[in-house]
Amino acid sequence: MNHRFRTSIRLLTIVFAVVLPMTAALAGQAPFSSAKASATAKKWTAKTSDGQPDLQGYWTNSTYTPLQRPNGVTKEFYNREEVVQIEKQAAEREEAQTEPGTIADVHYDFTQFSLDRGQSAHVTQLRTSMIIDPPDGRIPPATPDGLKRQADRAAERKRMGATTDAVENMPVGTRCIVMAGSGPPMMPTGYNGNYQIVQAPGYVMILTEMIHDVRIIPLDGRPQLPPNVRQWIGSSRGRWEGDTLVVETSNFNGKNPFQNASEAMRVIERFTRLDVDTIDYRFTIEDEKTWARPWTASLPLRKTVGPIFEHACSEGNYSVRNTLAGARAEEKRAAEAASKKGLK
Amino acid sequence: MRIFFRALSVFVAVSAAVTALSAQAPAAGQAQGYRAPRTADGRPNLNGIWQAINEANWDLQPHAANFGRVVALGAEDAMPPGIGWVEGGEIPYLPAAAAKKKENYEKRLTLDPEIKCYLPGVPRAMYMPFPFQIVQSKDVTMMIFEYAGAVRTINMGKPTEAPADSWMGWSNGHWEGETLVIDTTGFNDQSWFDRVGDFHSDELHVVERITAASPDRLNYEATIEDKNVFSRPWKISMPLYRRVDRNMQLMEFKCVEFVEELIYGHLRKPGTQPPPH
Repeated sequence: MNHRFRTSIRLLTIVFAVVLPMTAALAGQAPFSSAKASATAKKWTAKTSDGQPDLQGYWTNSTYTPLQRPNGVTKEFYNREEVVQIEKQAAEREEAQTEPGTIADVHYDFTQFSLDRGQSAHVTQLRTSMIIDPPDGRIPPATPDGLKRQADRAAERKRMGATTDAVENMPVGTRCIVMAGSGPPMMPTGYNGNYQIVQAPGYVMILTEMIHDVRIIPLDGRPQLPPNVRQWIGSSRGRWEGDTLVVETSNFNGKNPFQNASEAMRVIERFTRLDVDTIDYRFTIEDEKTWARPWTASLPLRKTVGPIFEHACSEGNYSVRNTLAGARAEEKRAAEAASKKGLK
Repeated sequence: MRIFFRALSVFVAVSAAVTALSAQAPAAGQAQGYRAPRTADGRPNLNGIWQAINEANWDLQPHAANFGRVVALGAEDAMPPGIGWVEGGEIPYLPAAAAKKKENYEKRLTLDPEIKCYLPGVPRAMYMPFPFQIVQSKDVTMMIFEYAGAVRTINMGKPTEAPADSWMGWSNGHWEGETLVIDTTGFNDQSWFDRVGDFHSDELHVVERITAASPDRLNYEATIEDKNVFSRPWKISMPLYRRVDRNMQLMEFKCVEFVEELIYGHLRKPGTQPPPH
């Protein structure tokens, strides 16, 4: 079992005894989040004690809704029966990974401790894709620059060698630096898709469970960091537009590119509390070096139960160590076998 | 009437004595008379970016300057002297623990968790040479540390018990007048208190008291208890200062990337080189 699961499990075991019945209750009330459903719900007007619209609490964006509309699907929304069917099939696929005796079973036992999305609190919506603009639900075609960068990155990865050759060749999530989906933009990460929002005068703080990444977003209109200062999760500035929190993030270091974006990518996120259980979350990606036009996705955040337990990732990263050590042992064995053969 | 006045004067004298005593009690000085601005909830407002300006992360106890650990780093790695932050000057180790501390010191270059970018634990997080930010709401007080992006979630509601051990522990907080009191348990035995090997077991229990002493200064105290390691509870105290730099913000110090070669370099495929940086 992956070390990162083990740290998560501590949280999940305590939390899900509470979450499961609650999720069921939530599901009974409002199983489908969509803009349409929210329009009929009572408008959320609660404010924090210092007068900000209140976004505080624990949230999840775990979902089966894909970023891009699947091939062959042309409509914007499924009907409810279709969504139920799709989720059922997806849950079955996740369970199938735990067939006893398989490698997948040892590495990822999704059904234990509710790590599979089907068992835990997640966002169910009728949308066929998170992307709402362009209207076809797909990421716009890449510019020639974008295509070249993609090819260059692939060539560089190939040049670096196998992922088992050195730690730098491994995905940044495996290395516990940053999870691919932790964002911004905040994308579902398969498991541990949990966030905590806390507000204080002048700031909104968003804690991501994965690798305890925190954004402390200033609301005072200060300038962005100088352009030469680049960070893994960029640098965020926020403001209120009515009851909507608008957060603009830039200054990415480009080492964890979202959908092959360049380091010039800007993410504009919008958080609007719809009701007690829902934040309407949408983000727009702007990166002229990669796409000729901006594109926008929407994925509600659904209320979940905290607290979020410490996700000490690097501290228990046996995965990197064992993978590299295993590869070196295999090479050694192969070399010994070859030299024996040579002696004969 | 006379009896009343006598009683009153005794009462006044006793109150004065009690006030004087309680004024002496906190080692760091309770900043008599300073009343912090309030949050909208009516609590002392500790929001802001803070940092200890001292050498406690090198060695909590009083110490003279000393040689560094890495010859190539010369004066940059030489240990700066420190006045000491432990009440009474000395950490009261049990005999076996004192021997362990000595061993930690000798092997500090390989054993100090800070060198591997591991989470700093408590109280070390509070006096690492990096800023941290307090984000205070009614239900939780968050502390976010620039070093390794460490986080403490301090539950301000009904106290809850640690579900399991962790690096940063499990914190319950409450207000005692001007003071934020934080009770933290549920630690693992992995973190250190400083770079010279001062350590604890998973029985560690830390009670911190944070009081604003002026608009830009907090008094910080921590009482440290661990029956496996120390013969009695002991206390540290120090000021924390507000980072008043223009547009101050926490920046990213994801040091995991910087220690990969140190931790995993010996496992890289022979003939491969770390990427240039």
